[in-house]
Amino acid sequence: MDRLLLLGDEACAMGAIDAGMSVAYGYPGTPSTEIMEFLQKHARNYGIVAKWCANEKTSYEGAMGVSYAGRRALVTMKHVGLNVAFDAFANSALQKINGGLVAAVADDPGMHSSQNEQDTRYPADFAKTACFEPRNHQEAYEMTREAFDVSEKFNIPVVVRLVTRLAHSRSIIRTRQPRAQNALNRAHVISDWMCIPACAKPNYHALLECQPRLLEYSEQSAWNTLEIKEDFREYGVITTGLGGNYYCEVAAALPSQPSHLHIGVYPIPIEKIRRLAGRVERIVVIEEGYPFVEEKLRSVIRDPIPIQGKMDGFLPYEGELNPDSVARALNLSVAHGLGIVIDKLPSRPPQLCKGCPHHDTFAVLREIVNEYKGTIITSDIGCYTLGAIPPYEIIDSASCMGASIGMAKGAAEAGYHPVIATIGDSTFLHSGLTGLVDAVTSNVNMLLLILDNGTTAMTGGQDTIMGSEQLVSIIRGAGVGPKHLHTIIPLPANHEKNVVLLRKELNYEGFSVIIARRGCIQHLKKSSKGKAAS
Amino acid sequence: MNYDIILAGVGGQGVVSSATILSRCAMCDGFNVRQSEVHGMAQRGGAVQAQVRISDRVIESDLVPSGTADCIISMEPIEGLRCLSLLAENGRYITSLDPVVNIPDYPESQFIEEQLGKISGHIAVNAKKIAQTAGPAYAANIVLIGIASAFIPALAVATFERVIRETFERKGEKVVESNLKAFAAGRGIVKGGR
Repeated sequence: MDRLLLLGDEACAMGAIDAGMSVAYGYPGTPSTEIMEFLQKHARNYGIVAKWCANEKTSYEGAMGVSYAGRRALVTMKHVGLNVAFDAFANSALQKINGGLVAAVADDPGMHSSQNEQDTRYPADFAKTACFEPRNHQEAYEMTREAFDVSEKFNIPVVVRLVTRLAHSRSIIRTRQPRAQNALNRAHVISDWMCIPACAKPNYHALLECQPRLLEYSEQSAWNTLEIKEDFREYGVITTGLGGNYYCEVAAALPSQPSHLHIGVYPIPIEKIRRLAGRVERIVVIEEGYPFVEEKLRSVIRDPIPIQGKMDGFLPYEGELNPDSVARALNLSVAHGLGIVIDKLPSRPPQLCKGCPHHDTFAVLREIVNEYKGTIITSDIGCYTLGAIPPYEIIDSASCMGASIGMAKGAAEAGYHPVIATIGDSTFLHSGLTGLVDAVTSNVNMLLLILDNGTTAMTGGQDTIMGSEQLVSIIRGAGVGPKHLHTIIPLPANHEKNVVLLRKELNYEGFSVIIARRGCIQHLKKSSKGKAAS
Repeated sequence: MNYDIILAGVGGQGVVSSATILSRCAMCDGFNVRQSEVHGMAQRGGAVQAQVRISDRVIESDLVPSGTADCIISMEPIEGLRCLSLLAENGRYITSLDPVVNIPDYPESQFIEEQLGKISGHIAVNAKKIAQTAGPAYAANIVLIGIASAFIPALAVATFERVIRETFERKGEKVVESNLKAFAAGRGIVKGGR
């Protein structure tokens, strides 16, 4: 039994390894990235495959193939990544999962580095599958292990929901005897993996029939703990995930200890909830994320009693919970500390690194925008999204992976000119290719500017799925002729030349592509260090 | 035994790696530990904060409740001030005076002095300069760890030295030595009765 100091992400990865997982796929996304990085670091030791894929959907589909072949698969992503993989995810619930299939999805309540704070318990519920919500590192390890067993027991995909504060927190875990990997054992009943209506109907029926068994499992699970205090009935507490931690942190100061149900695995344990509700006058719900349990309670509790949580403002609806917000909700005092308030501190937002190629690309765009007043520059998800804030303030939109191209096309076809889409190389390969095909086939009057820094920079420099040269081949293959497909090097020395080319392509009435290619500074440093060491 | 530490600085200053040194020491000396950190976009020259909670009991929350932190280690003059509301009334405030000026509206040194003046028992040092007496300036964060170590008696000096050695071993003996010296120099400041 080893004691290891690991990130929550790494504890989840270690759980997958010790569960006998054979293959892991994923796409980088804060705060999930370190799951795959840990697996890749140890892949050779454990004889596993751990690879980044083009996006979360291809990752998930790969994992389905692993499961089909009989082996255990993990797929990793951030919460919004599951939106990309959702088609595969939702449908995989209707297929008879063979080798265990676990999706480790990291939510980002508080939006530390995300565009929303959606709660992965909803998609898990929508797909009618099980979801584990660890509250500490040992649980991240144990629950990930168990998730594979549950997946094989009920033949469904299973979700492990992490949140930023666990994913990016370190603590000590104890590992247990690992389980061997599955032998190859392909699925034999073809209709189990076929979604034509004739098969999908019985498969959906089977998923529905599985629900009572899943509920029974959740009712019995030691992760869902109910502690009844017979002598205090004023209120009872239901916590989930990190909400449970913050509650336990402050609960000792409560004048009386209420009955407490902590939920660690879903579907919600209905009987346990009813037992609690039958003993108290009101229920307090403390959960990290959306008011998921809070909403469900109303359909589960037979004799309605008041429910306090996020929907009535008992706790803040938005952002992360913390020990202070939970203490305040429970009428407990928060320590004053020094009582010094400093309100004049300037903020220090993240910024592009010194020497970053995006600086130079933005400088060219600035000149273009000064010349062509009103230019729309749609943008995307990556370091270059910092182009939204000072000193650049050059991009006009950022929504979801790949949206820059579709939005630029839409604006251009609506009649607007000039329109420029800016997108990074990794994001382009993730979700820009389909937008490219749309734009090429309608020869829309827009400029696509690909900011190719040769890496997935924002998440720490993971390798892209293909290199810069192949990128050009793909665009050419999609039908962009050499006359309107250019590669530039964004450097101060090339500034004038680059402005001239951009101006020329903006004046061209049709679709053109410019690739601004120069390596990420951080990535170059890292790889030159790597070379020096080897 | 409970000891909660807040580390604050700018991306690239070694906030997370310093926090990890503290956590490893706690683990080696048999304590429970939770270390919360912010990754991702915050790494790019932005404000970074890490929290290390050390205890001989179960640690529930990753986050330190307001007004209860035992120590703030600020690797840069204004970043520690940002999390001052976390510090306990009798908490220890340790700060480097070397600014990282990568924003246009960075406050004047007079403003910083005024704020520090309000924090009783604070320890403010030119960490880079002290590190340079031991070796390169990049060991400034280890100087601060050395100072902080004097206030965490539960963690043995030998443990710090061992963990620092393990942390920098792959960078060669010279780097190990200068970091050990930086640690000793930091710890020496406190012994000197400041």
